[in-house]
Amino acid sequence: MSETYIPVLLLFGVSVLNAVGMMVATHILNPRRSTPQKDMPYESGMIPLGDTRARFSVKFYMVAISFIIFDLEAIFLIPWAVEMRYLGWEGFIAVSIFVAVLVVGLIYEWKKGGLEWD
Amino acid sequence: MELDFARQSHLIWALLPEIVLSISAMAVLLAGVWKHEEGRPQDAHWLGGLALAGLLLAAVANGWLYGLSEVGRDGIIALDGFRLFANWLFLLGAALTIVVSFTYVERQRLQVGEFYALILLATVGMMFMGGTRDLILIFLGLETMSIAAYVLTAYNRRDRRSAEAGLKYFLLGAFSTGFLLYGIALAYGATGTTNVAEMAVSIEGGAGLSGLLVAAMGLLAIGFGFKVAAVPFHMWTPDVYEGAPSPSTAYMAAAVKAASFIAFVRVFLVAFEGVYTSWFPILWWLAALTMVVANLVALTQANVKRMLAYSSVAHGGYLLVAIAAANQMATAGLLFYLLVYTFMTVGAFGILMVVSAQSEERLQLEDYSGLGWRQPYLGILFTIFLLSLAGFPGTGGFMGKIYLLQGAAEAHLWTLAVILVLTTVVSYFYYLRVSWYMWMRPAEGGAGEPGEDSAIFAPLPMRVALVATAGIILFLGIFPGNILDFAFVSAQDLFPPASGLIGGGP
Repeated sequence: MSETYIPVLLLFGVSVLNAVGMMVATHILNPRRSTPQKDMPYESGMIPLGDTRARFSVKFYMVAISFIIFDLEAIFLIPWAVEMRYLGWEGFIAVSIFVAVLVVGLIYEWKKGGLEWD
Repeated sequence: MELDFARQSHLIWALLPEIVLSISAMAVLLAGVWKHEEGRPQDAHWLGGLALAGLLLAAVANGWLYGLSEVGRDGIIALDGFRLFANWLFLLGAALTIVVSFTYVERQRLQVGEFYALILLATVGMMFMGGTRDLILIFLGLETMSIAAYVLTAYNRRDRRSAEAGLKYFLLGAFSTGFLLYGIALAYGATGTTNVAEMAVSIEGGAGLSGLLVAAMGLLAIGFGFKVAAVPFHMWTPDVYEGAPSPSTAYMAAAVKAASFIAFVRVFLVAFEGVYTSWFPILWWLAALTMVVANLVALTQANVKRMLAYSSVAHGGYLLVAIAAANQMATAGLLFYLLVYTFMTVGAFGILMVVSAQSEERLQLEDYSGLGWRQPYLGILFTIFLLSLAGFPGTGGFMGKIYLLQGAAEAHLWTLAVILVLTTVVSYFYYLRVSWYMWMRPAEGGAGEPGEDSAIFAPLPMRVALVATAGIILFLGIFPGNILDFAFVSAQDLFPPASGLIGGGP
């Protein structure tokens, strides 16, 4: 049973080696010549001004949440759509219930004003 | 009708209460947002009534399930008395919470529709936790319940303490869920199944005790320990219970705890029945520590809400004794105790809401001084709840403890039984101190002060709920027979028919 996990272990080892190897290799190989330009936070970019903790309107947050919900809906619907004929009516009913619940959520959000920008 | 889960349509019949309740929750959500007008408080009674109707329909469906039977005892959805009894507990807890919450949510201007919808959704999650034999579904039910409970905790967004409690509860809850999920994964690794009935078969039939299984049981015990607030995993409880809006606290203390216990019992008593001797010490220590620590810390609390939070932890300790005993008597005692506990906890928090003028003030012990003479009915009711929580003879709490002790005695857990009795004696002090303040102290600037009466306002639904719960507590204390028999029969399905008893103590 445990030998079936060997590929996973191999993958893990390769990825660790890869990550560590890249860091070590850049450290060994790169020439270090410090110039004022290179010491800037963003080389050739804008010089940063002010605090990074800007306050965003909560509206963005609402949009992000709605996006996640309907994004997940798509994630569940696409595999069903691919296998629709195989899953038959049972699958169709299950997906319909799922979508119906999400529609309830959408109606709720609409009535609550979550879709209005102002 | 006999249900066979090989046919998908039969799952719908077996899940009828859950389906009915989910639909009602969505209906309450939509109704709340439909009738809402900007700037006007919503009508709690109308939406609460709708939620209560949903609970009633689910209860009817639950009663209807008694007429059905299942093929075998390993279906993904259990159709046994244990599940149906647990469903009564959850539905009762939710209904009582809604009835006592009306004035609170209106005065605090909470969003009514979502509040009741979340209570119903949490109840659906609980019913899944209690009603399934599959660890994955137990986990899903637990998440449904917990996420709703996190929101209910942080519900009063105008109150800093509520937000803080919500965040604390969320972080620790998510952390503990990780333990539970890891435990489920290891249990699957050890036995090759996530079904508790098949797990028991696999353990008895050769899988036996392995290091993997021990780790799985330990992690599951930690995960459930967090949810039932067993010491040393109780740290979140006082802060969360104190900060949450009072109706949410009542609901968490009663129903959320009951649901966690029901799932705890089903997993440990069914799946790990064959290796009782190896998980018994964990439960023994959890129970002993919880009883001792919670009762001792409760002694020092000056805030009544916080005292009730520690008391709820202590009651969890008494219930853990039943799991450690792991026999039918103890399981029946656990069900009976959870029923009584639901009534007395919601009752006590109901009084708290009345005294604090449906908000979060006047929660200190001094605020109760002289209250009994100013408000005799309130004082008498609160005294009944406190006596029952303490376990005074003649109340349901006393009978519940007797049955837990009987279960412990059948398993020869003498030390735990002695600890239970001694800590109960300790608990008399902090429960009766509140009564003492109510009846024996002169009013001094608290809720008992003349002129403060106007702030104490118990509307009709609240009064009906309080009187009914107090009446039921006394009834269960004097005539416990029928309900206990019912609990005993309900617990029967968890145990193999041949022996009826498992485990025999250390």
